[in-house]
Order: sequence, then structure tokens, then C-alpha cells
Amino acid sequence: MSDLIVQRPEGLYCPPGDFYIDPWRRVDRAVITHAHADHARPGHGHYLATAVSEGLLRARLGADITFQGLAYGEAVEHRGVRISLHPAGHVLGSAQVRVEHGGRVWVASGDYRPTPAGATPDRTCTPFEPVRCDVFITESTFGLPIYRWQPDARLFGEINAWWAANAEAGRASVLVCYSLGKAQRLLAGVDASIGPIVCHGAVEPLNRAYRAVGVALPETRLVSEVADRGALRRALVLCPGSALGTPWVRRFGEFSDAFASGWMQVRGQRRRGGHDRGFVLSDHADWPGLLTAIGATGAPRVIVTHGSVPVLVRYLQEQGLQAEAFETEYGDDQEAAAEAPAGASAGEGA
Amino acid sequence: MKRFAELYAALDATTSTAAKVDALVAYLAAAPDEDAAWAVYFLAGGKPRQTVRTALLRAVATEAAGLPDWLFEASYQAVGDLAETIALVLPPPVPAAEPPGLAAWMHERLLPLRGADDATVAHALRAAWRELDTLGRFLLVKLVGGGFRVGVSKLLVQRAVARHAGLDATLVAARMMGYTDGKRLPTAEAWRAVIAPAAIAPAGTDGPAAAMPHEPSQPWPFFLAQPLLEDPAEALGPASDWLAEWKFDGIRGQVVRRAGGVWVWSRGEELMTERFPELQALAAGWPDGTVVDGEIVVWDREAPPLPGADTPGRPAPFARLQQRIGRQALNAKVLADAPVGFVAYDVLELGGVDQRVRPQHERRAALQALAAAVSPRLVVSPLLAGADWPSLAAWRAQSRSLGVEGLMLKHRDSRYGTGRVRRSGDDAPLAWWKWKVEPFTVDGVLIYAQAGHGRRASVYTDYTFAVWNRAPADADEAQAVVEAIAARRPPDPDGLQLVAFTKAYSGLTDEEFRAVDAVIRKTTLEKFGPVRSVRPTMVFELAFEGIARSPRHKSGVALRFPRMLRPRPDKPLHEADTLPALLALLPASRAAPA
Repeated sequence: MSDLIVQRPEGLYCPPGDFYIDPWRRVDRAVITHAHADHARPGHGHYLATAVSEGLLRARLGADITFQGLAYGEAVEHRGVRISLHPAGHVLGSAQVRVEHGGRVWVASGDYRPTPAGATPDRTCTPFEPVRCDVFITESTFGLPIYRWQPDARLFGEINAWWAANAEAGRASVLVCYSLGKAQRLLAGVDASIGPIVCHGAVEPLNRAYRAVGVALPETRLVSEVADRGALRRALVLCPGSALGTPWVRRFGEFSDAFASGWMQVRGQRRRGGHDRGFVLSDHADWPGLLTAIGATGAPRVIVTHGSVPVLVRYLQEQGLQAEAFETEYGDDQEAAAEAPAGASAGEGA
Repeated sequence: MKRFAELYAALDATTSTAAKVDALVAYLAAAPDEDAAWAVYFLAGGKPRQTVRTALLRAVATEAAGLPDWLFEASYQAVGDLAETIALVLPPPVPAAEPPGLAAWMHERLLPLRGADDATVAHALRAAWRELDTLGRFLLVKLVGGGFRVGVSKLLVQRAVARHAGLDATLVAARMMGYTDGKRLPTAEAWRAVIAPAAIAPAGTDGPAAAMPHEPSQPWPFFLAQPLLEDPAEALGPASDWLAEWKFDGIRGQVVRRAGGVWVWSRGEELMTERFPELQALAAGWPDGTVVDGEIVVWDREAPPLPGADTPGRPAPFARLQQRIGRQALNAKVLADAPVGFVAYDVLELGGVDQRVRPQHERRAALQALAAAVSPRLVVSPLLAGADWPSLAAWRAQSRSLGVEGLMLKHRDSRYGTGRVRRSGDDAPLAWWKWKVEPFTVDGVLIYAQAGHGRRASVYTDYTFAVWNRAPADADEAQAVVEAIAARRPPDPDGLQLVAFTKAYSGLTDEEFRAVDAVIRKTTLEKFGPVRSVRPTMVFELAFEGIARSPRHKSGVALRFPRMLRPRPDKPLHEADTLPALLALLPASRAAPA
């Protein structure tokens, strides 16, 4: 029996349905898992994605894209293929794509983050739900056992303590993070009573998109909206890495900077980034998360994409699963992605 | 241990020197003496011998984490540090009762593991890992694995200790000399001696006696030279103000003769007395209270004396000293083959009196008087005659052929300072300069790359370079070799090929490393474990200090201190250097070392 999803130069392709999932070249029909730039690219003929991500996609790809939105769990039939989208817990509107045809079920995960056992679910996006399937296509961004996230409560405690200490010392707290997803998760998690929160111009429109679909975030301002320079010294500032070293950041005077990313787990990467602090905050699955999620699908066959591909394939094979790899253009290879902290350019949302 | 882990985290979290000193001072104020003793020991560079073998650490960790070996290895490759890898892959800890302090950890739990059988060590490691968090585990593995390092300099630690104790930093430096020597263990008592109030200076002196080392074994802090990079005539004024000597390629050392004993210290504050019985014999006849600074070298009795020297023989190349240090057992043959000598160039203490405030030329005269009075003969570093810079430059130009590294320039009126400082606050000039000979340079082609360690983990920073076996006829011939390499065709043994000749991993800025790393990823041909072969496209100018024949290397040569000077994007591949050009740099008269 032929495969329901195959790799083509354009991207992951469903032959019976004649559509692509997160294609990296222009195609007629694209199903998009989430709005990060390496998964949602411009120029496709038709877009199918979660309804809740419509605002983000139109903001990033153009207001005039041909867009069809689905609620989580809602299904559409296309050329005899049943397509539905299920929460991936990665960013607002992120989905796993479930494809059913001829009695077989394949699920392509895109990027995902399961909620660790006992942890409070993320307020900024619908938590990951495992979907039973025959074949599971999984990411592997943090596919090494060195990646194991600590509970959010502890992590936000560290961030709040850093911010409070800086505010006490009269210097701004510049927290470098990805504009889409990471920034909003930070906003929802920090203690906004410590001081004002300033967001970079790349972050603020995405905050609006989150609020527009009902995600409660604390008050945020652009730097131009803050008249009181003393307030800037107590502020938490969220910005992309590219903003450091620009005149924009100099408006805050003396500041301490930190980077929020799963890559900050490794000390060498923290140090190489040259930031004062590194906070280990990821919107991807850690190693236990990957294994739990894969196990929960019940899939005997697993196809691994972007990240630690050879490692995860071999490990799953040793666990008795049929595991193989797809080459994609998502993210970057695991080693190249390690540079992300420095340039914050490779891939998104790590 | 918890407090020490917090200190470590605070030091690791900041690049600000002031913040690091603050964190240290806060720690010292809070920690019990026995813990502070150990913390200062580790932070100032103390390294107790490894108590647990690396292979065992790794095996126990792999098993405790429930990982296959290959997956542990893949994790290690991504992290670039064994202790950190272990700390990260272990399952989450079971919170325990308040763990003991650093000293208790060391004495009760870690040091007893040395020499214990594998099962005992494994049991102790598993128990410790179960109760420690990631940072605690990381530190534990560093401490038992003998690889503890932290981003603070000894000078910074001394500053913090000085502030904590309300003492002068030089006094702390003097008291801390030998504190990190691996043969002793820090104790609360030794720590209290470091921070004890300064003695009142005896009447009639202006203070230096207060800084006298409190133990007979202790050397004075070394005075280090600044590299001279500018034109000396402009930077240093008239040549007649300066005493010029050869810069020897040996080990900087102090020979201390006090209280009937002799101690030999290296600049790294390592006590090396036992390695150099020749120097014990040399100093045994000196009067008590004598400390001499100089260079430890292997002495080549057959070689002609250096210009300016009146003693037979001269220092042998550094490689001979290195071989000698590598020998564990000093039998008669080793001592005969590689006799160690000492070239004295300064006297720091005479008759138990600190000489360091006296001007350089007076200390020099005192040194010569000492040399004339003692037996066996004390070799004094010859002064180079030269009243002007051109004649000194002419001496310097001969350095390479004489087997020295260049010249040392010491101001006639300089006192003997502490560490690497240019000038002191007072009026006395304080200046030692090293005017090294220009390094050799060669243009090499990058052919292999390996990821670095620590902060360079996952970035390709360790490179292997090649030169052509002969000059390519033109760009096309060079290109044909590149295509053959890319097609994995074996090199033509009779034709043009690239021959690996050295590795280098320093000299580029982080930004340059990132740019090279990006090219390496794009031009990778094959991966062999952590090493990648790349399509040869990048030429670098490399510098090195010396070259010797080496049958162990494919190219037949080994370089000393190779490093990258700069990328040469302007240089086409076929204009990279050749092996014959490298061989031409070999010292002509030297036979190949065994």
C-alpha cells in the first residue's frame, strides 16, 4: 500500500489528496501547521489552517491569501481524503495535521510541545493532544536526552527574580525571544507587578493578534509610548535578537540582557550568545516529551523530521519501532540550529 | 555545596568583573572557614588529582541515565563537556535533606573515593547524583574528574580575598602563592593564615617586611612582562635606560632558599622541586633567605655559548625540557640525557630581606655578586651590549638562529612588580617588556574541522590545515585536485596533492569563527564522528613559533604554537604555501629528535 504522505522537492505531499503540508516551495494547495516562517511560506494558491491562526497568517503572508479555517477537530474531505487539525501546543493556532484515507491514518506534527505531566497547561495556546495514528511524522528539534525542561513555575520564578533584581538596581531587563509564541508565553507567565513591560515593534502586532482571539496578556507598550524615562529603567523589554546593538535598544540606557530559548540548556551555548543570562524556555517538546508523544500515538511507524534526526531514528528503531527520516527545510539541522541563539535567524520558535 | 553552587552560578552568569568580585566577597563573608578554604582553592585554579577515572564516570552515568552508549556519546558531542552532559542526562533528582558544605563533601565523600574499587565509586556517585540538582551534579563531576574550571582569574580571586580580609592585594598574592599547589589540601587553618591581619612593619622599614611570605616555602608573586608590539624607540625612549637580555624558551621559575630548605616554583605556582634535583643541589649552598628568579632550561653542554655569555653551553630547545618533564622516574640516564639548568635573571630576596623595591640595575648587581659568591656556579642571564635600538634590533634578529624567543627589556630603574602591570602608582618605573621575534607564517588550506569544547561546543573551531606537496602549475591544476577530493577519489601519489601539516583552533574572533563555521557546514564532504572533511576552499594565514621534524606527522614536521592570524579570502587556493617552503624553515643543524 502506498504511503499517504511522501517527501517531494516542494515539501511533504499527500498523493491521493494532491496537497502539501507546510511546503517550502510554492504550490497550489497547502495545509499549514502554524504561522512560523519556516512552516508558513508565502505564495501558495490555497491555505488550510486553524481558524484561530488566520489573523497571524494574514499578517505574515498578506491579507489577500485564499484561506480556509478549521476548528480543532473539525474535518474536511478533499478528494476522498479526510483532513483534520489537532492542537500541537506550540504557538497560537498550531496544529498537527491528521490525514485519513482508505482506512489508514497519518499524522504530521509540525512543531509541538506536550504539557509535561502535572504541569499547568500553557494559557497562550491550546495544549497538545495526542492523536492515534498508523504513521506519525514527528519533529526532533530537541531530540537528545540532554534536553529536559524544568517546570514553568520554577522557570518564571527565575525570570521574575532577574527582572526584579534589575529593576531594583535601576536597569532595564532586555529579554531576547522569538516574536511569535515565545514572547506571548513570556508575557502570560511573568509577574507584571514588577514593572512596566515594553515590546519591540516586531512583537507588539503579534500581541494584538493573540488578544484578538481572547488570550489575556498583561499591558504592553512600545518604547515610543513611554514618556517617563525612569519607567524604562524598571521595564521588562521583549525584543528579537536583531534589535540588540541597534539605536532602539540604547534608549533603555544601562540594561541586563537575557535570551529565552531551549538552546540555553547547554552552558556553551549560553556563553557563546554573549547574553548576561539564558533562560531555558522552549515551545518544542523536550526528550521525554518527544518519546511520550510518540508513544501516545500508538503508531508502529514514525518518520522523523528537522532536528536530531539520526539520533531519534536510531533510538526509536532500538525501541522496536519502524523509524525513518524525511529531509525537510524546517528549522535547520540540529547543529546549525545551535547557532540560533547568536543570530536568532535560523528557524523560528526554538 | 549548595552555597558554593550558588556562587558558581553567580560567577558563571555574569561577565562583569565587579559583579564577580561582589559575588565572591559575599560568599566569603557567609561561608564557614573550612568551606571558604576549599572554594578559594578551586577558584584560584587548584586542581586536586582526579579521584574518579573519566571512563568510570561515564560508564556509571550512562547506566544511571538508562541510555545506550551511542546516545550518551551523541549527547556529549552536542554539549562538549562531560560533566555537563552527565548532569543533563541523569533523571531528575530526589530532593534530599540539606546537603553538607563544600569541605564536608570533599573530605567525607569525594576524596575517599580515590583508589576505591569501582563498585564503591559507582555506588557513591549514584547516591550523590540522586540528591543533587543539575548544577550540583555538574560541579560534583568536575570536582571528582579533576577538571574544575571557572571563569575567574587568580588575580580576581585575590582581589576579592583582599577586600574580604581588608588586606593589600599584593600581600594576599604573596600569601596565596602555593595555596593551589596540588600536593597540599586546603584547610581552614591555611585559609585563616591567608586572611590574617597584616603584621606591623618593623620600625625603620617602609612596609615591605609586612608582605614577607609567612611560610618559608613561599615564593614571591612573579612579575610578568608585557609584549612589546610597537617600535621600541617610540614606546620606550632611549635604549640606554634599558637592560636587554635574551628571552629564553624554558619554564619561568623561582628558586627559594629559606630555613635550610630549597623550593622550586614554576610560574603556574606549581611546586616543582622534586622534578629538578639539579636545582636543589644548585641552591643548597645559598645563604638562607635567598630567592632567585630565572628560567629553568635543559642545558646543552656541547653547544657554543650564547653571545654575551661566559659559561660553556647554552639552553637546549624547549622540546627537550618538555620530554624531561614528561618522565616520571628520574633515573641516572634521564638526568644525564637532559640535565636541567637555571639561568638566573633577578634576585628577589637576600638575607631574608625583600629586594623587589630596589631598582633593576641594583638587583642585577646584587645577583652578580651572589653568583660570584656561591658554589656551584650560578649562571646569570647575559646582558646584551647595545647602546641604541638598532644594535638591540640586530641582536633580536639573531634570536631564531640562537634558539631564543627574542629579547627581554627591563628598565634600569624598574622595581619588581606583581603580575602583568605596566606602571605602578608611585614614581618608580615599573616595566618589563618582551620583544619577541616575529612568528613564522604560512598560508594553509582548511581541509578538516571539528567542533570545539565548552563555549565553542557545536561550533566548528578546531581546524586541520594543508599545504601543497609542490607548487600547483596554475589555478586549474589546483581546482582539479579539489574536484578529486570532492569526488572522494584517492590522491595521486605522484601528482599534486594537499598534505595536512597542522591543526589550529585559536586566533579568530567569534564572528570570524561563526562565518567559517557556516562555510564548513555548507561545504562538508564527509563526517567522521565529530570531524568533518570539507571541500578545500578557504585559505588562512597561520603563525607559529617554531618548527621541528616529526616522523609521527604525515607532513614530517610539527609546529610550535600554531594559530590563525586571519582568513585570506583574497588568496586563491593555488597560491597557498607548499611543503618544500615549510621544510626550508627547519633549523639546519638540528638532528631529528627521537
